Amino acid sequence: MWALATRLGLRSWLGWRRGFTSKADPQGSGRVTAEVIEHLERLALVDFGSQEAVARLEKAIAFADRLRAVDTDGVEPMESVLEDRCLYLRSDSVVEGNCAEELLQNAHQVVEEYFVAPPGNISLPKQDEQEPFSDN
Amino acid sequence: MLGRTLREVSAALKQGQITPTELCQKCLSLIKKTKFLNAYITVSEEVALKQAEESEKRYKKGRSLGDLDGIPIAVKDNFSTSGIETTCASNMLKGYVPPYNATVVQKLLDQGAVLMGKTNLDEFAMGSGSTDGAFGPVKNPWSYSKQYREKRKQKPHGEKEDSDWLITGGSSGGSAAAVAAFTCFAALGSDTGGSTRNPAAHCGVVGFKPSYGLVSRHGLIPLVNSMDVPGILTRCVDDAAIVLGMLAGHDPKDSTTIQDPVKPFTLPTLTDVSKLCIGIPKEYLAPELSGEVRSFWSKAANLFESEGAKVIEVSLPHTSYSIVCYHVLCTSEVASNMARFDGLEYVLGDKEEEPLRTVSQNVNIGQKCHRCDINVSTEAMYAATRREGFNDVVRGRILAGNFFLLKENYENYFIKAQKVRRLIANDFVKVFNSGVDVLLTPTTLRGAAPYLEFIKEDNRTRSAEDDIFTQAVNMAGLPAVSVPVALSNLGLPIGLQFIGRAFCDQQLLKIAKWFEKQVQFPVIQLQELMDDGSSISEIEKLASVSLKH
Repeated sequence: MWALATRLGLRSWLGWRRGFTSKADPQGSGRVTAEVIEHLERLALVDFGSQEAVARLEKAIAFADRLRAVDTDGVEPMESVLEDRCLYLRSDSVVEGNCAEELLQNAHQVVEEYFVAPPGNISLPKQDEQEPFSDN
Repeated sequence: MLGRTLREVSAALKQGQITPTELCQKCLSLIKKTKFLNAYITVSEEVALKQAEESEKRYKKGRSLGDLDGIPIAVKDNFSTSGIETTCASNMLKGYVPPYNATVVQKLLDQGAVLMGKTNLDEFAMGSGSTDGAFGPVKNPWSYSKQYREKRKQKPHGEKEDSDWLITGGSSGGSAAAVAAFTCFAALGSDTGGSTRNPAAHCGVVGFKPSYGLVSRHGLIPLVNSMDVPGILTRCVDDAAIVLGMLAGHDPKDSTTIQDPVKPFTLPTLTDVSKLCIGIPKEYLAPELSGEVRSFWSKAANLFESEGAKVIEVSLPHTSYSIVCYHVLCTSEVASNMARFDGLEYVLGDKEEEPLRTVSQNVNIGQKCHRCDINVSTEAMYAATRREGFNDVVRGRILAGNFFLLKENYENYFIKAQKVRRLIANDFVKVFNSGVDVLLTPTTLRGAAPYLEFIKEDNRTRSAEDDIFTQAVNMAGLPAVSVPVALSNLGLPIGLQFIGRAFCDQQLLKIAKWFEKQVQFPVIQLQELMDDGSSISEIEKLASVSLKH
């Protein structure tokens, strides 16, 4: 029913996580432990997918660590280059809208004027909660 | 006709030397001939012809809308275009048809411009080669130029492989290639870390990055909200100025656009540079900089000096940290921006496609395993969609970004990077306050690399290398422009970059225009593509083989 379902998708993703062994990358920072991986995958809802991706993250972190060499005492973080200007606020009046039909065009499944999604209060299974699959 | 500047063609249209429909058809025909470049993801033929027809009616009545009326343009595929598929070169948005036009697109259409199509890019504008998109890499038209081929001493026929083709640079490679190959007179790109200037340098065209806040980002699918700007690619500086005049200005739909009034302007011609002060940042003399680019940079500085300008060495002390700072801020903002792609509101995949078998169908009939059924929860659905929809580069950046934004890392990475950003921006402020009008730097380390060389390193490494001269500008929100200077020993374009003060875009372009006139960059010789139909098929055959890599 749900055309977004994947052939390998979720199953191989969860399976990969189970099979993952933490390896220290000589170039990396050793910060990407199995817990971090699980945590990031859950937060980002994007899977690493391979050992390579973990190694890449290790390298990215090691690269970012170079910032420690910069002395930022007394320096305020900069959020926007336009920080010295006043943000534009328009008046609170409705000037456009009523385009529900147009916006729903791109939805996969629609009921009346609602996007249809599976239930939202179920988290992804934890690594140790996965059931073994039967292969056919 | 297609080799002319925007201004020249506009005059020709007004004088009736050519009609908008004829011009449109010429460009469409050339797009077909140059299909092997893979510069376009979508060619909006019907839309273009209709727009050309309407433009023609206006010209007949003597009521043209302005300099852009009837002019073929192309738009990078990360700008929303109403009724025309907008994919960001990603599987995630394949089939997505926006219900609205990005403000910059709307402004161009309101001026009567004719939209040829949406150009190819790196997926979600992440990359410096235009090689990592879902629709394949873009080929640099200079790979097929007489200038390059002659230097390589290749035989025009009997070439078995087209394996030595060059990248366009990125991420707006499709737009740069489209302009360089004469299929349009101007193209929109986007610039977050150099994505307009880098391919401009590699493709021998002008790549302009406006000041942050000058041009609306509404409708530009965001990468890094605090650094993105729409970029303009054209064959000469004057054309870029014409387009900027149409696009700049406050947009109520983008609260990061400044409210200062902006009027369309005609770029004045600078004749006397003796009152200018040109700054040469010494930290930009990177060890990896190729000897050739260094020599062109030096010659350019000497040129200004010989014409009376003051040329001084300046310092931007935090330059070596800017790429790291960019890496942290970019991945963090990306992690946030990509969160909207959950497969719910912007459908993943072709709706007419046969539904892929659900995971639960893979197990024995009658033994339905609920935990692996993605219909179970939104999280499961989002996770599966995002795995299918994003390529490795995008996923890598999302994960890195999420790492830097974790509670335990936020202060040490994200906030730290924001502090370093201030130091970098302040470096520029100090230099400009000391009386410097523009900075002159290289745009890239060297000329365009062959694709097979380029892909030997991963996306992040390449981006870190290639963005070195361009991305500090995005951190400070300054205007910058890459101007093609000369051909390298291999016959490939080299560009140099001018960086201006914030919101002094006009002055920056004025200086760039003067410089462009002095260097007289050669026109690309793609004769076989323009005139002779017979040798096109040779190139096409060769090129189509290598696209399957």
